[in-house]
Amino acid sequence: MSKDAILGAIRRGLKRGPLPADQQAMLAGRLASHPRHLIPARSRLPRPDQVALFVRNVEKEFGTVERVPDLAAVPAALAEYLAAQNLPSRFVLAPNPDFEGIPWTDRPLLTFERRRAQASDQVSLQHGWAGIAETGTLMLPSGPGRPTTLNLLAETEVVVLRASTIVGAYEEAWDRLRAESHDVRSGGFMPRNIMFVTGPSRSADIEQTLELGAHGPRRLHVILVDDDAAALPPGDATPPPPVAVPGGPAAPGD
Amino acid sequence: MVAITSPAFKENAARALADPGLQKALGTAKGAFLQRRAQAVANLPEFEQLRNIGRDIKNHTLANLDFYLEAYESKVKAAGGQVHWCSTADDARAAVLEICRKAGARTVTKGKSMISEELGINAHLEAHGIRPVETDLGEYILQLRQEHPSHIIAPAFHLNREDWEADFRRLHTDLPPDRVFHERRDILAEARTKLREKFLAADVGITGANFLIAETGSSVIVTNEGNGDLTQTLPRVHIALASIEKVVPTLEDACNMLRLLARSATGQDFSVYTTFSTGARREGDLDGPDEYHVVLVDNGRSNMIGTEFQEMLRCIRCAACMNHCPVYGAVGGHAYGWVYPGPMGSVLTPSLVGIEKTGLLPNASTFCGRCESVCPVKIPLPGMMRHWREREFERHLTPAAQRTNIGLWAWFARRPTVYRWATRAAIGALGLLGRGKGAFHSLPLAGGWTKGRDLPVPEPGGTFMARYAKARRGQRV
Ligand code: SF4
Repeated sequence: MSKDAILGAIRRGLKRGPLPADQQAMLAGRLASHPRHLIPARSRLPRPDQVALFVRNVEKEFGTVERVPDLAAVPAALAEYLAAQNLPSRFVLAPNPDFEGIPWTDRPLLTFERRRAQASDQVSLQHGWAGIAETGTLMLPSGPGRPTTLNLLAETEVVVLRASTIVGAYEEAWDRLRAESHDVRSGGFMPRNIMFVTGPSRSADIEQTLELGAHGPRRLHVILVDDDAAALPPGDATPPPPVAVPGGPAAPGD
Repeated sequence: MVAITSPAFKENAARALADPGLQKALGTAKGAFLQRRAQAVANLPEFEQLRNIGRDIKNHTLANLDFYLEAYESKVKAAGGQVHWCSTADDARAAVLEICRKAGARTVTKGKSMISEELGINAHLEAHGIRPVETDLGEYILQLRQEHPSHIIAPAFHLNREDWEADFRRLHTDLPPDRVFHERRDILAEARTKLREKFLAADVGITGANFLIAETGSSVIVTNEGNGDLTQTLPRVHIALASIEKVVPTLEDACNMLRLLARSATGQDFSVYTTFSTGARREGDLDGPDEYHVVLVDNGRSNMIGTEFQEMLRCIRCAACMNHCPVYGAVGGHAYGWVYPGPMGSVLTPSLVGIEKTGLLPNASTFCGRCESVCPVKIPLPGMMRHWREREFERHLTPAAQRTNIGLWAWFARRPTVYRWATRAAIGALGLLGRGKGAFHSLPLAGGWTKGRDLPVPEPGGTFMARYAKARRGQRV
């Protein structure tokens, strides 16, 4: 009843009845073709610069990034990061098929469980689905291999992201999702939940002053796997990552 | 619904101007959002174009709102969710209560939601034996203090750090009373620990929604703390409260709005968490709610369609208008007497609760035009306040009431605090935009003025009054 009342009031305000069929078809066409709007020029860059922009933006938003050559280098990178931060070597691991080949036995001190996260977990290792260079944002769609709780409950979230999945703008990531994802329940492409994460959690509720570490993770660390030859910085396969000052501009003139 | 004290605006405002604690808090907050917004906007050359597109997307959606709401509902259903259409606040409260009861809920966690404030969800749940727990840091302390938000994105805008410490000591009695809060971080850490228990114990999680997406049936929340995500992920049932004008057609449309929202609100390029929820837990998922409900609320909005106030429904609740408003900056949010303060509240509140009780609000303005110049969807706020005043005249107000309203405008115009705030804030923002340039060749909304001449960039150091005050302070110490 409320539904009819609301739709009726809207139509009265618009001084018309339900839309005629041809206009409905036009709007349905707009939904189906989902036209893009203006995409800011800042992320329209050659691949190496796009990945570098992603890294700078993560750092600008108080995250950290380490670039490694392949998945085999993940255990060492993780072990060293955890040691440097004085964190335990126990973590909850996303049960993601992409992680199957990681040689964890290289670092026998690392221990993990493949499951959703619990309140007592201090460290989570999440699988990154895409990175968005425009704002240094991780795109993390939920699913059996990427539980949402891994983004929320641990104090430290480490995300393993393939450089080949970094795109310039959000719209490119949506198009990839439309092409690759099939949700059985809805018949569409949206999983239950998609989190876009830009840096560790924070609050400015106390005197409008930014403090890191609100309810979500206090630290966000990205292990970036350089699986995309075209995205490597030219001339040198493993240069030190460009450094951006947290909270400062990500690019000159930015 | 929250009690309306807008008829007492002038008394509220006078009290606010004389409240040293509030004036200190407003003074601390002053400029923080302005500078960050100006910086974020300066860093995105396309911002002005994005504003025009944002306005057009919203206008297109409102002109076809019936179609997009039905399209949205069908997608929510397909993803295993339910939409509860609610004409009035009563309907919405009843719908929320029924979902909570069916879930056997004893405690409910809540993400920050202005529509929840508008509907008075907390009081309704409490009256029926269900305990709502606010989890946004600002909302949490307000719930402890039994107060309402004074700002739509920073609910505890009116509080100082000492207020936080005193309240935490008073109410977290299980912790050592002599503990020390060295830094703001310590306050945050205590709230985090306290709320963790609540997130884990809750039966239902209630969030708002910044956007609804017709293409996919998704609701979107935008937060920095992560409390909204914990609220909607951990309990067995998730309720998203959303008003009808939150819908946009596609993900691409949402992206354009998201590029505007965080920059206009907190001056971030993107908030920490932007989360799209679509239906209930899927087979194989290891977490997430089993039930997903959207309580879709009208509560007076459909009546604005087709009127001179329709454009107000473009509002994305970024708060830029109040952050830049000299009246808000001088008296804070509570003086406005209802849920929505500042310029957007002065237009929206009369539309939602009636002009009879809120006729003073459209006069709470210096008509400086800054709200319109920063609004990401270009809502002509001063023009709409003027519309409300014209309606008041058409309604044949009693001469006494008329005098009060005109008196209020004059009262504000005479307030040096208000005007000093306005000039100082404007100079700060202009200085930032024109930094290193020496002069402006064009200025938003001042095209007529800058066409034939350049406006010099203000000197660093602020207005004469500010520099004078600073110098005097300097002599004293
Ligand atoms: S009226 Fe405009 S500036 Fe004010 S909150 Fe709404 S969108 Fe933001």
